[in-house]
Amino acid sequence: MSIDIETARRVAKLARIAVPEAELPELANEFSAILGFIEQLNEVDVDGIEPMTSVTPQRLKRRDDVVNDGGQQDAVLKNAPDAREGFFAVPKVVE
Amino acid sequence: MSDLSKLKISEARDALKKGEVTSVELTQACLTEIEKADALGAFVHKTPELALEMAKAADANKSGGDLNGIPLGIKDLFCTKGVASQAASGILEGFKPEYESTVTTQLFADGAVMLGKLNMDEFAMGSSNETSVYGNAVNPWKREADDAQLTPGGSSGGSASAVAADLCLGATGTDTGGSIRQPAAFVGITGIKPTYGRVSRWGVVAFASSLDQAGPMTKDVRDAAIMLKVMSGHDPKDSTSAGLAVPDFEAALTGDIRGKTIGIPKEYRMDGMPEEISKLWEDGTAMLKDAGAVIKDITLPHTKYALPAYYVIAPAEASSNLARYDGVRFGRRAKLEAGDGITEMYEKTRAEGFGNEVKRRVMIGTYVLSAGFYDAYYNRARKVRALIKRDFENVFADGVDAILTPATPSSAFELGAMKDADPVQMYLNDVFTVTTNLAGLPGIAVPAGLDKNGLPLGLQLIGRPWEEGDLLNTAYALEQSVQFVAKPNRWW
Repeated sequence: MSIDIETARRVAKLARIAVPEAELPELANEFSAILGFIEQLNEVDVDGIEPMTSVTPQRLKRRDDVVNDGGQQDAVLKNAPDAREGFFAVPKVVE
Repeated sequence: MSDLSKLKISEARDALKKGEVTSVELTQACLTEIEKADALGAFVHKTPELALEMAKAADANKSGGDLNGIPLGIKDLFCTKGVASQAASGILEGFKPEYESTVTTQLFADGAVMLGKLNMDEFAMGSSNETSVYGNAVNPWKREADDAQLTPGGSSGGSASAVAADLCLGATGTDTGGSIRQPAAFVGITGIKPTYGRVSRWGVVAFASSLDQAGPMTKDVRDAAIMLKVMSGHDPKDSTSAGLAVPDFEAALTGDIRGKTIGIPKEYRMDGMPEEISKLWEDGTAMLKDAGAVIKDITLPHTKYALPAYYVIAPAEASSNLARYDGVRFGRRAKLEAGDGITEMYEKTRAEGFGNEVKRRVMIGTYVLSAGFYDAYYNRARKVRALIKRDFENVFADGVDAILTPATPSSAFELGAMKDADPVQMYLNDVFTVTTNLAGLPGIAVPAGLDKNGLPLGLQLIGRPWEEGDLLNTAYALEQSVQFVAKPNRWW
């Protein structure tokens, strides 16, 4: 499978990673090499096989639906690049 | 006692218990070694004051566990409260967690001392420790014939380098596709990845959640058993951690493997495998046979598809896990231009903060999960994963107790050697280790010899799920036969 520049641009956009236009051809080439490697999977007969959801046969545990933590606003905001008045601050989202 | 940093955990534990040494002395010895070893690039955040404080507390503590007073290095992937935890990424620059990972909580509760944080590949994505924002970690070993700097392997390259160079008594590692076992093999130490669910992932920066497991990297098998016991156990904060009792792994080390069946999988005999690796594998097989094990040829037919399946599943999970690095809640935010909105903030932050390998994997993951490709790539890879696991279940059902394979396809290579290779070439480093992550099985790398250049080579044993004690014992028997005592010549 060969990945074209348009696809590379779209994937970068979906992943929210800015990629300069000049770097898209090389990126497309790298994707093509990796996906070429992955395509070996098409040789495998997977008829009737369920996709694995959990590597160990266990049900995910459930816990009681109760508040068990909280009241840690300062700790939560401590590492934010921009926190003001008890909130995370971001550029304007709505016009 | 001289050369305190060279002690094994078991030796230091016994000396501490007898009062022959204090934790402060041990810790100071390690800190002195660390100060002299910047050329190895192993310790990237040093915490000497904290270490001495913890050592003093350990010396005063009469009720600590096996690790009471033992100085350890902690991989940068573990969140440590108030101490930089960056996963070797620029995007987590300045991040100091407000909480402690479960693994480090348990280690410290037992009395262990943290010397600092260890280098690694960015977000644990790499096999050579060359994708780190801190720069390379360097292998303490060099080839006899030249002076080239070699990789300690990856992603736990700093842990491997630090333990092999006696900067600490043991270290934590994490393993998503071989990141404990490959570096352990490259530097001549022991590293075990336990069964998926044995060790809590809480507070370990996530790469691929269905594959990630933490484990110890140590100077011998006994030390791995001691450290693994303290790291293991059920944690309500990790819903995939198993509610199983943790056995005394050290007590399992009898060295008696008479009657055990060791499988030798023919699919691991790769085309073009170096003669030295084949020989190492044959010698290891003979040693286990001499120790009384029954050797059985086995087949794991889907082995060839493990790496391609891994390179769908791991990037897919990484693309989801790494979505959290958005410049809002922690770490770094890119400088914005006037008029930039929130999308530009995400895109610029992630472009600046992630290195190339991480970006590549996040984008591959995004692609294989995107509409129209999800079935063809992601679901197919999960089906192949089920088949890989079934291969192992079949051989275990046939009475195999453990499987012996090489740990790596080569010895440590030169830093920079893979610079111009396509990414897939680097991925091939994990060809022998990645299957156990996909199948959730425990695997251990044990040093088994030196190659013609005088570099360490390792063998891998793969065990039944939850049978780490039995696996460690088989590794112990192998270790007893190999008698690997070589050490790197100090150049740093």
